[in-house]
Amino acid sequence: MRAPAPAYAANLNDATIETARGAIGAGLLDAVEVAGEVQLHVTREALVPALTALRDTPGLEYQQLMEIAGVDYPDRAERFEVVYCLLSLTRNHRLHVHVGATEDTPVPSVTELWPVAGWLEREVYDMFGVLFAGNRDLRRILTDYGFRGHPFRKDFPLSGFVEMRYSEEQKRVVYEPVKLAQDFRTFDFMSPWEGAEYVLPGDEKAKLPEAKGAQTPATATEIQKAGATETPKQAAPASSEPYAKKDATSTAETGAGRAESAGKPAPADPDVVPSKGGGQNQ
Amino acid sequence: MTDMLVDKHQPNRDQAVDREVDPALEKILHVTDAAHPSEGDVAIQNYTINFGPQHPAAHGVLRLVMELDGEIIERIDPHVGLLHRGTEKLIEYKTYAQAIPYFDRLDYCSPACMEHTFVLAIEKLLDLEVPLRAQYLRVFFAELTRISNHMLNLGSHVMDVGAMTPNLWLFEIREDCYGFLERATGARMHHNYFRPGGVHQDVPLKLLTDIADWLDTRLPRLFEDAISLVADNRIFKQRNVDIATVSRDDAIRWGFSGPMIRAAGIPWDLRKSQPYDVYDRMDFDVPVGTRGDCYDRFMVRVEEVRQSARIMRQCLAEMPEGPIASTDRKVVPPKRAEMKRSMEALIHHFKLYTEGYHVPAGEVYVATESPKGEFGVYLVSDGSNKPYRCKIRPTAFSHLQAMDFMSRGHMLADTTAILGAMDIVFGECDR
Repeated sequence: MRAPAPAYAANLNDATIETARGAIGAGLLDAVEVAGEVQLHVTREALVPALTALRDTPGLEYQQLMEIAGVDYPDRAERFEVVYCLLSLTRNHRLHVHVGATEDTPVPSVTELWPVAGWLEREVYDMFGVLFAGNRDLRRILTDYGFRGHPFRKDFPLSGFVEMRYSEEQKRVVYEPVKLAQDFRTFDFMSPWEGAEYVLPGDEKAKLPEAKGAQTPATATEIQKAGATETPKQAAPASSEPYAKKDATSTAETGAGRAESAGKPAPADPDVVPSKGGGQNQ
Repeated sequence: MTDMLVDKHQPNRDQAVDREVDPALEKILHVTDAAHPSEGDVAIQNYTINFGPQHPAAHGVLRLVMELDGEIIERIDPHVGLLHRGTEKLIEYKTYAQAIPYFDRLDYCSPACMEHTFVLAIEKLLDLEVPLRAQYLRVFFAELTRISNHMLNLGSHVMDVGAMTPNLWLFEIREDCYGFLERATGARMHHNYFRPGGVHQDVPLKLLTDIADWLDTRLPRLFEDAISLVADNRIFKQRNVDIATVSRDDAIRWGFSGPMIRAAGIPWDLRKSQPYDVYDRMDFDVPVGTRGDCYDRFMVRVEEVRQSARIMRQCLAEMPEGPIASTDRKVVPPKRAEMKRSMEALIHHFKLYTEGYHVPAGEVYVATESPKGEFGVYLVSDGSNKPYRCKIRPTAFSHLQAMDFMSRGHMLADTTAILGAMDIVFGECDR
């Protein structure tokens, strides 16, 4: 049993990458599968021809543009990444197309291919300041009228720069610089022992996390692959309490702090069926 | 009331754009009297009005800037973002567990379905298994939420076009749903119930039997009664049939999903075509429309309520006993009773509620069938305990954008019907 995420035709991934390579050609920088999803990285110039090919080529048929997401990576040379999430209704498959951009290099608009791109591009422009050449209505969409800045950039503070209130004296809404009553708190949980990387022989065996969710340098793709090839795990513990003490003589079983002694039967409540995970409701 | 009986103007986009005036008519129209220079001068200019931001039929804070020619809509420019709270930015500063409550506050009419998408995205990155009972519980409460969402939408839609009673009756069902959800999760609206790896806590058997009784008695009685008032009602049909028809091609090009794309005649339901959790075990039908108008959208939702009840009955029949959350102790925190008695559990409890779990680096786009359409999360993880970027794909964005072409050539009074049939909630649209 794997993660119960929406199951579309994932067996088409490899075939899709092959067909896309042929259909897009030189504009395709990279085609990879990350965490079970196909990513196509294209150049800005090749974006519109590539998306046209993805939409119209038989065997690809990505009819719907579901989403355009902007992501900010300040460390990269082209700090913004614009991600087009496409959906094929006929092949029941999804993929994303990634294209890089900076503040000064506009991304060609795809409003001619999909009219729905109009607002999606407006949102990316509003939030990140990425320009879209060819979008005839590139206004701000979500932020306030007269807002300055692009709030989803990583260097834009979470609190913003101005706050507004209704001024009783001036009988109108006024904007003022943000004043925080308490300093903004953010916690760094990186332990001092986890910062440096001392790779010793044999460490590569421990690269996969001990359990899902433990800190690991492995990516989601590697973990999925490892999970697919792994031999079936040992049977899960029968009890839903992984911490349950096995023997009753354990020192933890003193009974202190219990509401009732274990000897006395609890009053029967017709509404509550005793389940195995006795303490599930807190 | 009079506008209900006005003949419906058929939308004809080519003619609506530029109207040629008959020269003979022109001559008569512009004859003016020297004594009364304005008399007979009927060259009317288009005028622009604001619909909202505070309008009871705007279903929240929507501002529509409408350009009208008399009562005919020439152009609509929806202004959204009045409820923008920067959810996506806030999530970047929270651990994964702390981010779940933000999803309740997106589409506050179907909170469980919002959480569902997010936890599925996290589980996909973690490659985390979920016990069967938890999957059933999630599907069960997602469908209960769907019923509650459709009650609000169907009720307010009929109220927008002039009927009062069905809304009151449907709100009774919605109240029942909230009661059940409160008994399961502790909160009427903002449940924070779904967790990566399962759900927060198990439900008592009595709740399940109560819902089973409700599904068999109260829900069909109230629902069918209320719908029988409007489904074949002459006025309701006059206000909805052939209003804002959307062809299949338009529905695809404008990124429609959910009941909007199904009403256009495309049998596309993510629960069916890309099943998640235990939807692949469920037996249900996907209703589709034939004409793609407001009436079809309404009726698709009506049938979806019946299908949701069907799914819930199957869940009740098949739901196994067992754990309700993954046994992976690095993701699912121990229960409080365990935490009090086991040192290891105490450490895990502390670490998970402060630092949280680390999600391996990767990027996924996970979309589920929320009651309003495809609700997606594009989640970028950099391997830390906080999402690097969490882009939320609202259903309302693409639907509301189509408002302009859908309402062109229609009457002003049709706006409420079109908007009601879209099912838009601004918590989700503006994020």
